[in-house]
Amino acid sequence: MLASGTLSPSSLSVKDLLWQVQWDKEKCSLCGRCTAVCPVQAIELGVHRKRIVQIPPLAEIGPATSSSNVHQVYHGIRQRTDPAYACNGCAMCNLVCPNGAIIPQRSDEMDKQRFHMNRGGQARSRGGRRNVPDSLNLGVLDRIKFIRISMLTDPALDAGRHEFELRTLLGRVLPPEENLRLYRENGWIPPVREIYPLIIGSMSFGALSPNMWEGLQMGVAYLNEELGMPVRMCTGEGGCPPRLLRSRFLKYTILQIASGYFGWDEIIHALPEMKEDPCAVEIKYGQGAKPGDGGLLMWYKVNKLIAAIRGVPAGVSLPSPPTHQTKYSIEESVAKMIQSMYMAWGFRVPVYPKISGTSTALSVLNNLTRNAYAGGLAIDGEDGGTGAAYTVSMDHMGHPIASNIRDCYLNLAKLGRQNEVPLFAGGGVGKNGKLAANAAALIMLGASGVQVGKYMMQAAAGCVGSESDRCNICNIGLCPKGITSQDPRLYRRLDPEKVAERVVDIFLSFDTELRKIVAPLGRSTSLPIGMSDALAIDDRNAAERLQIKYVV
Amino acid sequence: MCRLIALTSDEPQSPMVAMRALDVMREGHDGSGVGLFLSDLGGAFETLKGLPILSGIFSGEGVKRLDRYMTSLGFVTRHNISIRNSKTPPPGTPRRDTYVICAYEYPSAWEGLDQKEIQERLLLARLHLRQMGEEHEDMIVYSFWPDVIMLKEIGDPLKVAEYLHLDREELKARVILAQGRQNTNYAINLYACHPFFIQGIASMTNGENTAFVPIREFLTSRGYPGYVGYQSDSEVFTHIAHYMIHSLGLEIEAYKHIITPLQDEDLQSHPDAGFLTQLKHSCRRLIIDGPNCVMGRLPDNTLFLVQDRKKLRPAVAGGRKGMYAFSSEMCGLDAAIPDRDKRKDFQPMHLDTVIVPSDRSEVRVCSQVEPLALLH
Repeated sequence: MLASGTLSPSSLSVKDLLWQVQWDKEKCSLCGRCTAVCPVQAIELGVHRKRIVQIPPLAEIGPATSSSNVHQVYHGIRQRTDPAYACNGCAMCNLVCPNGAIIPQRSDEMDKQRFHMNRGGQARSRGGRRNVPDSLNLGVLDRIKFIRISMLTDPALDAGRHEFELRTLLGRVLPPEENLRLYRENGWIPPVREIYPLIIGSMSFGALSPNMWEGLQMGVAYLNEELGMPVRMCTGEGGCPPRLLRSRFLKYTILQIASGYFGWDEIIHALPEMKEDPCAVEIKYGQGAKPGDGGLLMWYKVNKLIAAIRGVPAGVSLPSPPTHQTKYSIEESVAKMIQSMYMAWGFRVPVYPKISGTSTALSVLNNLTRNAYAGGLAIDGEDGGTGAAYTVSMDHMGHPIASNIRDCYLNLAKLGRQNEVPLFAGGGVGKNGKLAANAAALIMLGASGVQVGKYMMQAAAGCVGSESDRCNICNIGLCPKGITSQDPRLYRRLDPEKVAERVVDIFLSFDTELRKIVAPLGRSTSLPIGMSDALAIDDRNAAERLQIKYVV
Repeated sequence: MCRLIALTSDEPQSPMVAMRALDVMREGHDGSGVGLFLSDLGGAFETLKGLPILSGIFSGEGVKRLDRYMTSLGFVTRHNISIRNSKTPPPGTPRRDTYVICAYEYPSAWEGLDQKEIQERLLLARLHLRQMGEEHEDMIVYSFWPDVIMLKEIGDPLKVAEYLHLDREELKARVILAQGRQNTNYAINLYACHPFFIQGIASMTNGENTAFVPIREFLTSRGYPGYVGYQSDSEVFTHIAHYMIHSLGLEIEAYKHIITPLQDEDLQSHPDAGFLTQLKHSCRRLIIDGPNCVMGRLPDNTLFLVQDRKKLRPAVAGGRKGMYAFSSEMCGLDAAIPDRDKRKDFQPMHLDTVIVPSDRSEVRVCSQVEPLALLH
């Protein structure tokens, strides 16, 4: 604009943006890859006009001479400042630049762009994560230490050479007396699965690209069939590809049903042709990223394939209702729905609800303990990620997972039902990269296992999202890594075989790290669920709240 | 680390046999305490087999309160060999007023009660006395049960035994469990000393139980009054055995399947895979995960010995016809039963449960991979 020009309220300078693209004219080869790759078209060809004032040598200056202006043009990059095209910091430009001439950098102060992300009255929605950076001031899970180290009073175990059985149970575990009585009397004993305690959390086919989903599934199959690790993956609310439903690999899959019932027509119709039962059925009532709000798959991503699997028309947004529309009360939602789902597979498949972290989790849990069918409870804490949610939901709604899971476990222990309704914790597990430590902390606080999503995307597929509001465009199908896009031009960037390899890497290294935590605590033959005497934290309030030791 | 010795003999033996065995194993304990459990008693108590015997340590005032309480319940003293010693105790051992060992006649009001009810009442009486003692610190109660005497004290086992004259005829017994304590985790509290006892079941342990807290949570949440205490992480072993026998109706052969279940591959090929999988799932909260050797006695005077899943603690079983022993170390066994065939000594491994039945006919070893005699 001209200095004398007019401004609109949302006229921003590059300085006002969260991400500022630094470009080096000297290094730039003008190849154009950066502008081509930018998922949000934040940069465009810049044709820059530059005046060069040419002043003749003093000796030549006479009355008739005048200085001359030469106007030159050079080409390069221009960053757009319209908030609709603001750079999201994904740095794909940097990835593709042959000369390293371009890189986005985060503003050195709070951006002004955030005040303008509601054009047309549309509140900001995005994918990704909570964007509450705490990598410096680590979260509670990261600060929990494992202090009960065996040395002389009992020998530390050898993480590399001793036998370990780090498995957990998914499904309703009966009190021993009742279990043995039913066994003697040939009664119905709720199905229980012995699984690996790290579960790939619910990310739907649709939220994830076909290549990403396939990669995860292949990784899971390899872990099970070649390495003997009973790893399970939850489908999320997007149905399940028909071939998987009819394959033996279904047993490694937890089918999710949520309030949109997407894909369940296909699943029900596949029932007679299923060779194996699924591992379990997860009924989603809530998720940590957008508690109290339904799932959301925005129209950008609903292509023909997704539409077919979900049983919906293509090109429309798919917001699931916040609640299951046919259920009006906890009795119906929990009791009847759980029972109906059991019935579908002849009472051979555990069914459990998943809720978002909330102060009402205890009420749900108390209800479940009285329901003989409830096969567990998954709680997704506030740090849970998503493919699409309103920013306000993601940033401000929900309950931290640590105290939520601890309260639930202690409540169960008070009732004498600890581990009978296994608790699964999710939401920000490993968000600062400390997956095994976070998982072990949650297990010792009382979780029977943990669910991870974002960590898998980052570690298995190179998701660039961060707590600093980087990228976060999973919702509009433009994932530059091809992880959450449904456009073949994008997702072909991701090789499913390589994703599968990374999934295997992650689980193997996680297993080693978990052993490196539990072996020094003297634990190996059973997962140390609720072993709170091993935990401590350097925060008196947190220690008191979690009923663990306070150490400095 | 602690050292353990468990004896069973056709002929009543003096507790000194066990004390001397502990003494030769003194490298494995630090002389900080001793615990003694006697049953299938000889001496004067032999004729009083059905009558409950109270064992504990009492101050002068405690004895009076004990008498008042027992009278209020209707118990009548039948035979009392309480030990009072005015001599200076050995270094480290506190001076006590009375070590009570007293057999009672049942209250007349209990006549006609079934055995189970009597057993519950005996348990509640012991717990009540324990609580009374904790309020005034004037009594410590170890056991109140027919044909059972217990004694625990701080100090070196042999010196304490000599000081208390445990060589007396009245204390001879056919089944003896004794532990020499290595003080580690917890302050010396007599309730933290092994062996532990509940309703005829006694056990003692060598090693630390790293899964103690979740197991304790499980046991205390059963709502059973006897599952209290836990001054020691080893007390849960006794209570798990009690829970298994009383609540689950299982035999001692199933004990290891609860505390150290088979891993998946072995489980799947086991003849009782179905049952054992259910047991493993529902008793997962009772899986111990420490280096532990557990020796115990069942209500019918059967002795048992099990090891942890990795067999990280020492133990050997051996003996001769009519007298068998479990010992932490070979030298302890040598001291207790020198005239045995050492070639038949057996060191149980991670799958084994060693059982000497009450008739002392054999040392039976059952492996976890063998079929279970079940479901009767």
